[in-house]
Amino acid sequence: MSTPYAKLPAWADYGLIPLINLLVAFAVAGLVVLLVGENPLRAAVILVEGAFGSGQGIAYTLYYATNFIFTGLAVAVAFHCGLFNIGGEGQAYIAGLGIAIVVLAFDSTLPWWVVFPMAIIASALFGALWALIPAYLQAKRGSHIVITTIMFNFIAASVMVYMLVNVLKPAGSMAPQTRQFLEGGQLPKLGWLLAEFGLKVRPSAPLNISFLLALAMAFLVWVLIWRTKLGYEIRTYGFSSKAARYAGISETRIIIVTMLISGALAGMMALNPIMGDQHNVPLDFAGGAGFVGIAVALMGRSHPVGIVPAAILFGMLYQGGAELAFEMPNISRDMIVIIQGLVILFAGALENMFRPTIQGIFASFSPRSVGIAAKGERA
Amino acid sequence: MAENAIELIGINKSFGAVRANRDIALEIPRGTIHGIIGENGAGKSTLMSILYGFYQADSGEIRVNGKPTAIKTPNDAIAAGIGMVHQHFMLVENFSVLENVILGAEGEALLTKSIAKARSELRRLEKEYGLEVDPDALIEELPVGLQQRVEILKALYRGAEILILDEPTGVLTPAEADHLFRILEQLKEQGKTVVLITHKLREIMAITDNVSVMRQGTMVATRKTSETTVEELAELMVGRRVLLRVEKGEAKPGAVKLAVKNLTVKDSRGVTMVDDVSFDIRAGEIVGIAGVAGNGQSELMEAVSGIRKAVSGTVMLDGTPIDLTGQADPGELRDRGLAHVPEDRHHVGLVLAFDESENSILGYHDKPQYLKGPFLNLEAIQKDAQDKIEKYDIRPANPRLKTANFSGGNQQKIVLAREIEQDPGVLIVGQPTRGVDVGAIEFIHKRLIAMRDQGKAVLLISVELDEIRSLSDRILVMFAGRVVGERGPETSEGELGLLMAGVEHKEAAE
Amino acid sequence: MEFVDTLINILNSTIRVSVPLLLACLAGLYSERAGVFDIGLEGKMLAGAFAGAAAAAVFASAWIGLLVAVLVSVGMALIHGFASITHRGNQIVSGVAINFIAAGSTIILGQAWFQQGGRTPSLPPEGRFGAIHLPGADALRDVPIIGQLYSGLLSGHSLLTYVAFLAVPFTWWVLFRTRFGLRLRAVGENPAAVDTAGISVAWLRYRAVICTGILTGLAGSYMALAQNAGFVKDMTAGRGYIALAALIFAKWKPVPAMFACLLFGFLDALSIRLQGSPLPVIGKVPVQLMQALPYILTVILLAGFIGKAIPPRAGGVPYVKER
Repeated sequence: MSTPYAKLPAWADYGLIPLINLLVAFAVAGLVVLLVGENPLRAAVILVEGAFGSGQGIAYTLYYATNFIFTGLAVAVAFHCGLFNIGGEGQAYIAGLGIAIVVLAFDSTLPWWVVFPMAIIASALFGALWALIPAYLQAKRGSHIVITTIMFNFIAASVMVYMLVNVLKPAGSMAPQTRQFLEGGQLPKLGWLLAEFGLKVRPSAPLNISFLLALAMAFLVWVLIWRTKLGYEIRTYGFSSKAARYAGISETRIIIVTMLISGALAGMMALNPIMGDQHNVPLDFAGGAGFVGIAVALMGRSHPVGIVPAAILFGMLYQGGAELAFEMPNISRDMIVIIQGLVILFAGALENMFRPTIQGIFASFSPRSVGIAAKGERA
Repeated sequence: MAENAIELIGINKSFGAVRANRDIALEIPRGTIHGIIGENGAGKSTLMSILYGFYQADSGEIRVNGKPTAIKTPNDAIAAGIGMVHQHFMLVENFSVLENVILGAEGEALLTKSIAKARSELRRLEKEYGLEVDPDALIEELPVGLQQRVEILKALYRGAEILILDEPTGVLTPAEADHLFRILEQLKEQGKTVVLITHKLREIMAITDNVSVMRQGTMVATRKTSETTVEELAELMVGRRVLLRVEKGEAKPGAVKLAVKNLTVKDSRGVTMVDDVSFDIRAGEIVGIAGVAGNGQSELMEAVSGIRKAVSGTVMLDGTPIDLTGQADPGELRDRGLAHVPEDRHHVGLVLAFDESENSILGYHDKPQYLKGPFLNLEAIQKDAQDKIEKYDIRPANPRLKTANFSGGNQQKIVLAREIEQDPGVLIVGQPTRGVDVGAIEFIHKRLIAMRDQGKAVLLISVELDEIRSLSDRILVMFAGRVVGERGPETSEGELGLLMAGVEHKEAAE
Repeated sequence: MEFVDTLINILNSTIRVSVPLLLACLAGLYSERAGVFDIGLEGKMLAGAFAGAAAAAVFASAWIGLLVAVLVSVGMALIHGFASITHRGNQIVSGVAINFIAAGSTIILGQAWFQQGGRTPSLPPEGRFGAIHLPGADALRDVPIIGQLYSGLLSGHSLLTYVAFLAVPFTWWVLFRTRFGLRLRAVGENPAAVDTAGISVAWLRYRAVICTGILTGLAGSYMALAQNAGFVKDMTAGRGYIALAALIFAKWKPVPAMFACLLFGFLDALSIRLQGSPLPVIGKVPVQLMQALPYILTVILLAGFIGKAIPPRAGGVPYVKER
């Protein structure tokens, strides 16, 4: 394998190969559906109908997608710096604490539009702080950030159980969760927006204003990564730490700053279920969204333009999966977890599996399209 | 039995478009020490890797003891009695000497017996060849000289009759090197065949019976060592290339721009790579540093440009001292007018995944003209990149194209344009034309001359002697981390070659 | 006397909760010592537990259960090998994928096949590995201390428990006394040395990954067939990650791995036992702190504050022949 991969046209590189990887992941998932004795095509139809067939379905789909946009962006920002942040789950979970502090203090006195910005800051701050220690240990002491962020997920879980059971639980209550938020801690729903398009949405549908915040963050991440000096430095370090050193970029600073941003994005995810839907801080509200972010970032190739659709796709799987569980009793929402794993496997670990074949096909059709790299000189 | 231990016939090997070995023929008589000499990149290591089964030749035949032998894996080579001591040791650092020796030649599934057998075998080899080493010592605790001995023991333990050593003295002190040569003599006396790959003429003259010279992938000559001279070998090695004529006028050196005093630099292993080096560069001159790769030029350049921390020494830039031993920051040096074109443009000078315009600001990305507050001023960056593309004739003329898709020459122009157009007072250039096509070479050379004529100070480091000679106003020769001589540009290649091989240095020291 | 009983009780449950950790930790040791990082221990263990419980339920045989658990777990290990050895993919990403695939498919298949909300049917005695009573355990029960330790602590565990603890010296022996072990350790430190010695790096690593699969299969079997009587969803509950932490804590060495697992197991057993009641001297310790302690200790270790955990040098890096 001494010859490097030949170049493919950009559309094949960014479009065709990811698409093939994705299709293979879904094909394998289809096999699992077959294995449990159901028809994969019918399952797909139910899934899509459940997710997009009604206003209510769309509202749920977008609600779930909101979580995944945040966590997908968090993982993607770290990827750009060459870091793997598996700690999004813990960062989001801990951020719930920050939100609880703000909301419990102000929800009775201030309106939501004053509390919300404070809660955004608190969630981002707590998420960032939870990423800070692994980041510092990576930058200064070389501790592998993958392992430390995994450990911090578990530590976060213990911290939150302790806080909810011993500190935040109202006296006399049995359930380990905070009290119900008052009006100042409840975010406006966005069902009316869908209703504008003539869709029927019940007021209980959880889609809320944090969806718009997620889209805004997607845009800001795009600006950050491709339009700011900091983003330029993050990408430089992510591609080549030697080039970053040459360009006078401080390794410690860039690792810590990137992880703070990543943690803050993961932390903001907590706003959606807590203030947007449940109106309290319950146990385990992150529910694996931090991990779905990995699949979303890999599928979206760490670009917001890819991440938002990938997040909606996973939102669709979550919502449609719930419908599917009604129609096909053998299939539960856990099907999504399999698909998530398969997407990570094929779009991540095996992303280059089909590349040589595709290059072979391209080369046989048009040798010139792959010829650029062959002219490359000795490394 | 045939009298040649090894015969190579018509060996060819290409990596992509690079032909590392062309039609190589070579005969190595049994029981001799055979030197293979050539500059870096001449194809010596590739040839020996083919012989050891690490790579496979595209075409050609290998005969061992007269018999055509297919060597597809290192196993085949070992079975044919060939052992190799690699330039970078193939040792497991936290294993003991014994464990390293038996790795891959354990004999049976359980270790106890194989270790006992190896222990007594090592004792025998120790006596026979004077290869003393504590069999239970961990490799990481041994000095490099002893580590190398373990590599030799590994080969002998596997019954090697033919021993290939790839640049064995590169990491050794002179005393260790002398000891190694005594060991090799002893191996020869026992009837073994030794192949010594090196670029050091002194070693060839000191120890080999025959010597083959490689240049640019071809075998250009084979001589009996007793019948040749250092001068002849140096000339064969360097070759009479078409001299690239560079028009340049008289240099008008001005004030000292960069003064380096007593600079000492160590690498990550703690080995001293730059040893108490001092020199000045004046405005309006090009100072070239000649030397065989690995003699400290790279580390010197990295230290002066702030990428690598120096151990001691001072550097004055325009009369102001810079602390290179502390938090030396390439960004700060750049701000003070020191630009740097690094040797390794693929990993250091460029980010290949970036588009052209992004690379055209690397290191200068915090200059106000490229920014609008915290944002990149894309318009300005694009325009700037477009200007450079026109001025330096970078092709294709597309600032949005991914840098990996440019040819080597155009990639180098991207780096040069970036560094030169910032109008620095001092320019440090490493290997400016490595992997660059002929047309671009001429362009790059002209640019460097123009820099000089504008009154800039240029420090040029290159393994291409031609380039050093045709561009420099003064030439410093580095050998083993020290500047061993200063010469004018008219100095002959032979003389420089000797200096680079450390010959005169050695004689002067003795 | 009551104190001795309590102590034996806690130590006994320490052993019980340590066994899956120990098997998974040794599993990780083979793979990581060969230079293939594996954060997919959790998934392989879970898949093994499910497959074992399912097969044991269908065939009413613990041994068939064990065999199927090992086969499935090895299969998943081979997927990890295929991605990270053959295709030189990112080993972390591949491990994460394995964990999700296992987490999802065990529930889906369990529900589809057994219709019990992701559980497998409760196993009959012949589908489980029961307690083995060591000879003379009953007779010695009343002998103070020694007899109590023998009958209360050493005796009465399942076959897999004894296998797990025997696997410790066995692994040590394999690593340091056999040709395979020598090569395995070498390939994790310097694959080029192995390659130039004429040994296939890929095949060696595949064998290491298969060892990992076998041991995670045993770990899963223990949980489903010995500790419990069947599979419940997400029954590994993060033990694969604790095993990984123990492996780092033990600096990738078999005997320290056992002590690390026993320590983490002890913390777990203690927190179950105490349920918030105060400890002597220290006073009341939150259960959650006890549960988080393995992770906190590992982070402190990784930070280099108590010794330095240096992973195998070639770990996590796919081997590419240099030019």
